[in-house]
Parts: sequence; structure tokens; C-alpha cells
Amino acid sequence: MKYVLRRLGFYLIAFWAALTLDFILPRLLPGDPAAAILGPIGSRMTEAQINALRQALGLSDAPLWEQYIQFVTHVFQGDLGVSYSAFPAPVTQVIATGFGWTLLLGLSSLTVSVIVGHLIGIYGAWRRGSAFDVVMPPLFNFIGAFPSFFLALGAVYFLGLQFKWFPIAHAAEDSLTPGLTPEYLLSVLHHLVLPMSVAVLVNLQVWIQTMRNNMISVLAEDYITMSEAKGLTQNRIMFGYAARNAILPSVTGFGIFLGSILGGQVLIEQVFAYPGLGYLLVRAVGARDYPLMGGLFLGITVGVLLINFVVDILYTRVDPRVRAE
Amino acid sequence: MAEQPAPTQPILGAPQKPQRVDWRRRFQWASIIISHPQARIGLFIVVALILMGVFAPLIAPGDPNEFVGMPNQKPGDEFILGVDPLGRNEFALVVWGARVSLAIGFGTAALGMLIATTVGMIAGYFGGLLDDILVLIMNLFLVIPGLPLLILLAAYLRPSTATVIFTLAITGWAFNARIIRAVTLSLREKDYVAAAIVAGEDNLTIIFRQILPNMINLIVGGFIGMSIYGIASSTALAFLGLTNMEDVSWGTNLFYAQNGNSLLLGAWWVFVPSGFLVALSALGLAWINFGMDEITNPRLRAERELRKALKGTKLERVRATPVIRRGH
Repeated sequence: MKYVLRRLGFYLIAFWAALTLDFILPRLLPGDPAAAILGPIGSRMTEAQINALRQALGLSDAPLWEQYIQFVTHVFQGDLGVSYSAFPAPVTQVIATGFGWTLLLGLSSLTVSVIVGHLIGIYGAWRRGSAFDVVMPPLFNFIGAFPSFFLALGAVYFLGLQFKWFPIAHAAEDSLTPGLTPEYLLSVLHHLVLPMSVAVLVNLQVWIQTMRNNMISVLAEDYITMSEAKGLTQNRIMFGYAARNAILPSVTGFGIFLGSILGGQVLIEQVFAYPGLGYLLVRAVGARDYPLMGGLFLGITVGVLLINFVVDILYTRVDPRVRAE
Repeated sequence: MAEQPAPTQPILGAPQKPQRVDWRRRFQWASIIISHPQARIGLFIVVALILMGVFAPLIAPGDPNEFVGMPNQKPGDEFILGVDPLGRNEFALVVWGARVSLAIGFGTAALGMLIATTVGMIAGYFGGLLDDILVLIMNLFLVIPGLPLLILLAAYLRPSTATVIFTLAITGWAFNARIIRAVTLSLREKDYVAAAIVAGEDNLTIIFRQILPNMINLIVGGFIGMSIYGIASSTALAFLGLTNMEDVSWGTNLFYAQNGNSLLLGAWWVFVPSGFLVALSALGLAWINFGMDEITNPRLRAERELRKALKGTKLERVRATPVIRRGH
């Protein structure tokens, strides 16, 4: 419990840091931030329009700390300003449309890649030097070296455009009304396959590599030799004795990679026009919609922190020592 | 190699014999890399790509941005990699692209490792409240999603090669800082550090003369890892149109390919070469790092040496890795 509370405290600090970053960035620009953002377009805008932008960014002539307090209060009231590319929708409403899709894609790809990656790592280390071990980890290393958007484009080209097995854009058929109908859910699954597979392919190597290295260390332990001497079945030694202990450092390392893995999803969402937060973020950048950009960054951060927290709670299940603390 | 200059101040009671530096020992990691087959291939790839970038004006003379032919022309005799949607010679773009892409990768790695090493060593060496604060900052940078932060920063800053390197280093240093801090913590407890403290050396001298040299392989490994990160992330940023789009890099090539709808037109030659070279450079660097892994984890090296020693003999499967000691 103490462990979970400590982690929660850390995530609150992380949230605050992201919030503060959101506040500072527009103000770090030299000169008048509004003018700097508008750049060359600014000269063609009226005074009133520029003032409107300044207001949308929460910029005023008040002292910085006063602006900051105002900004934080607004965030906690659930007010992140108004998006101008989706005017007059508030930023929070735009975030809400993408949040679920990002979590769906992130959690499903994470689950699949962790399970498959660990199994490959376990088996590779168990049969070290075998054909499986010589082919599989380097193969996924090779695939993982490609930029994620490049793999995504490849998948769109071959599986989407050439063979037409999977839809190449959006999270569900546009003609269907969202709801818990079997038709709609099937369409969601069908649209999920490609982006999820690409995300899995990109991340798999991380889990294979860490698990394989951990397994190699664990397999040298005395209790493994002992369990062999006792004549336990190979499967029992592999999963019950070796993998079970090798998985712990990997779970601890989980949080470290989570931010980069879920953040990398932005590109995959962009290629598949998957309406998650990453896709919206890239669109907001293209439209120079600064309030929305900041809000989406906060939204993505909250998503990553939430998943991290879930992993922490799972960790107390996996490692009894944390619970006993 | 030149001898280290002797300490300028005489230390009380200590005999003033200049310390002999065992260079062969210190650069043992280099010989391990060269003897590692995968790392050797990696080194070859990376050096070849660097040379391609350096000698781009000789390999593909002329301005790569020049309009030379019909857009999306197929690879043929005149243009071996075809023509891109803007009518530019794809071969020249790919060759010249190595310059910016690799420069950003190595620049990011240099700046990022400078930050990582400084922060990591300060945190690990001084400990206490300073350590707590620095560790908190590292963890914050690790948990806050990197690419979205990068996109946000890039959207606010004027895009140029320097700002891209700066933002990539800022978002990517924390992982290595953590490792360097952990190693500094353990090196700090070594007897030779205690001896240096007793001898009255100041903190900076201890950090740079006693601790830093023992982490060279870690720093080189981190540098390689960050180069991969820099190349991959700058390519991603360019693909999203967030870097200086007048630069020719593998990322901007992919951006123009995407925006020219090359895939829909079936113009695969505009996509494949740049993407492949990004992967190739990442792979080459990663392979060099596999060699580095064997330095930090001797068990991996022992395994390879064992396999070499037992070559040809049919062997019962051994679970544990026996360590072979060779006479030095």
C-alpha cells in the first residue's frame, strides 16, 4: 500500500511537471508569444484577432505567478481553453474523443507485445544457440530498426491497398453508428488489427532482448541446477523456476519504456488516421492550434501515467516483496 | 599514446611517481568489439554510411534539390533510384540525406551524453538531497512521453538542425543518466576513490580522473544508443514536417514521398531507400552495441568464447554459463 501511494505521489508530480511545461512553453518564445506563434501571418491580422489569441493562450500583462495560478485553476476546473481548429469545441471535448482510442490501441498492443516478446525471450534463452534463438531475436531486431511509420506505410501498402485484407484508415466503419452492437465492435476490431500489429512489431524487440538477457543470468543460478538435479520436468523449470524470477527486473523496467512506447504510437496513429490523441496532436500542430496541442500533450501524459499506475499495482501482485514492505 | 602529465601538486607523503596508465587494458573494449563478428559488421556499415555522407558531393555531384526529370519516374538507366514527386533525383537525395540524418544523430548523442554524464555523475557522487532531486528529474523525463513532448517543442521552436539536436538531447538524456548514476554510486565505494579522498584530491579531480575513466565503455555504449534515438526521432519529426524542410535528410525524403502520395501511385522507390537506410544505420549501431553488451555483461562474452572453444564437439546442453579464463 505504501508502495502504491508513493508511486501515486510521483505520478502527481509528473502530471504537475507536464502542466507546468504546458504553461511555460508559449511564454518562452522571445518577444510577444502571440506574435511569435502567428509569425508572418500575424502582420495581416487585426489587433482584435491577436488579442483573442493572447486570451486563448491565457496570456495577459498580469505577473507570471498570477497567470500561473489562473492557468492551474482552469485546468482543475476542466477548462483547457477552446480549440480553434475545431471551433467552438472546448479542448477537453476534443481530447475526450481521442482518449479511448489511444488507450485501446496502447493497451492492446502492449499486452500482445509483452506476452509474445517474453515468450520468445524465454524460449530463446532456454534453447540458447538453437535455430530458434539464432533466427527470432535478430529478426525482430531487424524489423524494430525500421521507423514505425515506415512499417505502418508498408502495412498500408501491402495488406491494405494491394490485398485489401484490412481497412487502412479510421477506427471503425464510418457508416456504422457507435454503440455496443456486434457489428460495430467487429468493425472496431477489424480496424484495430493493422495499427496494433505494427505497434507490436516495433516494440517486440525491447521485451525479447531484456527477457533473454535476464533469463541467461537466472539460468546460471544454483537453484536451476538444483531443480534439474531433482528431475523436475523441463517446462516446470523453464516457467516455474527460471522465467518467474527473470520476469521481475523486466517488470521493473516496464515503466521506463512505457513513455517512449506509448509516445511512439503517435506516428502509427498518424499513418492509419486512427483517431487517437496522437493523430489529433499531429493535426493540431499542422493547424497551429496551440491550445489544443498543449491539451493533447497533457492528455497523452495522463494516459501514460494511468497505464504506469496500473502496471505498478500489478507489480505488487507479481513481486510479494513489494507488498510486504 | 602520450603519458598522462604528472600531478602538479605533490601529495603529502605519496611517492611522486607518475601513474602508469595501462592503455591496453583501458581500451580492451575496442578489441572486444573488433573481435565480435556482429559488431564488426555493424562498424563496417556505420563507417560506410558516414563515408557516403562525407563524400556525397563526389558520389552524387550537383544540387540534390534540383529538378531533373518527370516526377515519380521509375528507376532506370538515367536515375538508378528513380525520381521523387518533386522531380528530384532520388539517388542524390538518399546519398545527401546521410549528411543531415547522421549529423543530427551524432550531435544528439554528443549533447545528450554530455548532459547524461554530468547529471548522472553529480547525482551518484554527491548523493543526499541533490541526488534525490536529480533522480526525480530523471524519472520525470522518463515517464513523460518523449515523442509528444518532442512534437510540442518542435512546434514552438523555429525548426533548424541545431534546435532539433537540442530538443532531442533534452528529451532523451534521462535513460543514460540513470545508468551512469547507478555505476557512479558503486564506483564511489571503491578503495581507490577512498584513497583519493584521503590524499586530499578535490571532488572534480576525483570525478574526472578516478571515476570517469572507468565508465568509458558505458559512455560509448550510451553514445551509440543515443545516436540511434537521434536518427530515428529526427526522421520521425521530419516525416511529420516539423524540421527544416529545406534540408535534405532521410526524414524529409519520406515526408515528400508521403505528401506526394507516392504509395497510392505505387511509387515504392521513393519510400524504400530512405527508410531502408534509416533502418540500416540503426541496425549497424545496435550491432556495435551488442559488442558493448559483452563488455558490461561478461557472461555473454563467456558464452561466445565457450562456443568457440567447443567448436566441432557435439555437446550436451549446458544451462549455466561456465566462464573460461584465458591466460592474459
